[in-house]
Amino acid sequence: MQEIVNEMNLNFFSRSCNEGFARTTIAAFVSQLDPTIDELADIKTAVSEAVTNCIVHGYKQGIGKIYISSKIYENGKVVIKIKDKGCGIEDVEQAMEPLFTTGGSERSGLGFAVMQSFMDKIKVSSKPGKGTTVTLQKFIIRRAINNERQS
Amino acid sequence: MGVKLLVQGSTLTAFIEGDIDHHSAKETREAIDYYIEKNTPKLLQLDFSGVPFMDSSGIGLIMGRFKLINSFKGKLKVINVPKNLERMIKLSGLSALGIFEKEDVKINARNSK
Repeated sequence: MQEIVNEMNLNFFSRSCNEGFARTTIAAFVSQLDPTIDELADIKTAVSEAVTNCIVHGYKQGIGKIYISSKIYENGKVVIKIKDKGCGIEDVEQAMEPLFTTGGSERSGLGFAVMQSFMDKIKVSSKPGKGTTVTLQKFIIRRAINNERQS
Repeated sequence: MGVKLLVQGSTLTAFIEGDIDHHSAKETREAIDYYIEKNTPKLLQLDFSGVPFMDSSGIGLIMGRFKLINSFKGKLKVINVPKNLERMIKLSGLSALGIFEKEDVKINARNSK
């Protein structure tokens, strides 16, 4: 078991103007690992997708709360949980298929595919009527090791 | 965040500015579609040089404009895409549509509105 070296929690209304706030805040938190610009962009993109899903799908009926928690582990592993208490997903497997969307013609259906491709690991747990939690994981290795050497 | 429109003959160039996400895409989309539906340009150019970040909403934005301009028998070109957005575009499979301009495109007359 790796030890948690830092942790943060965030909750906010599911208003679309918070999409930028959420990804920028997570990026600022992860920045302490000194990630590359590409690694940071990957995380920002994945968080943006997950938060958008909460807004567009989870809380399509109105405004609810989105909960994000992020943990940084000793070995440079970053875990980000994005949770809503919205409508939930009936068929998670189908929802994760690339190009599948219930969001209309302006949604590409790529959200989960992007999260899978840009992060090392993704887990989706959902209960219809209860909500959805997406767990994203990525290793920021190289710089974390450097930091350890320095300290 | 936003979009600047430049009209040159029957070509509409939309300079998209700022991050593209589900929130910002709405305003950009509405501004472009309003012009297209009123003036039915033959060519729509989406200029991405001012876009530092986009999530898959950017793909939705391109797809939606592609369908709209096609319905008016016009063409779409996506120009000046920054390197860091290429991964998203590759993942989307949109490259197959042949709408992406590989070379940098310089647009001179900046009398955008």
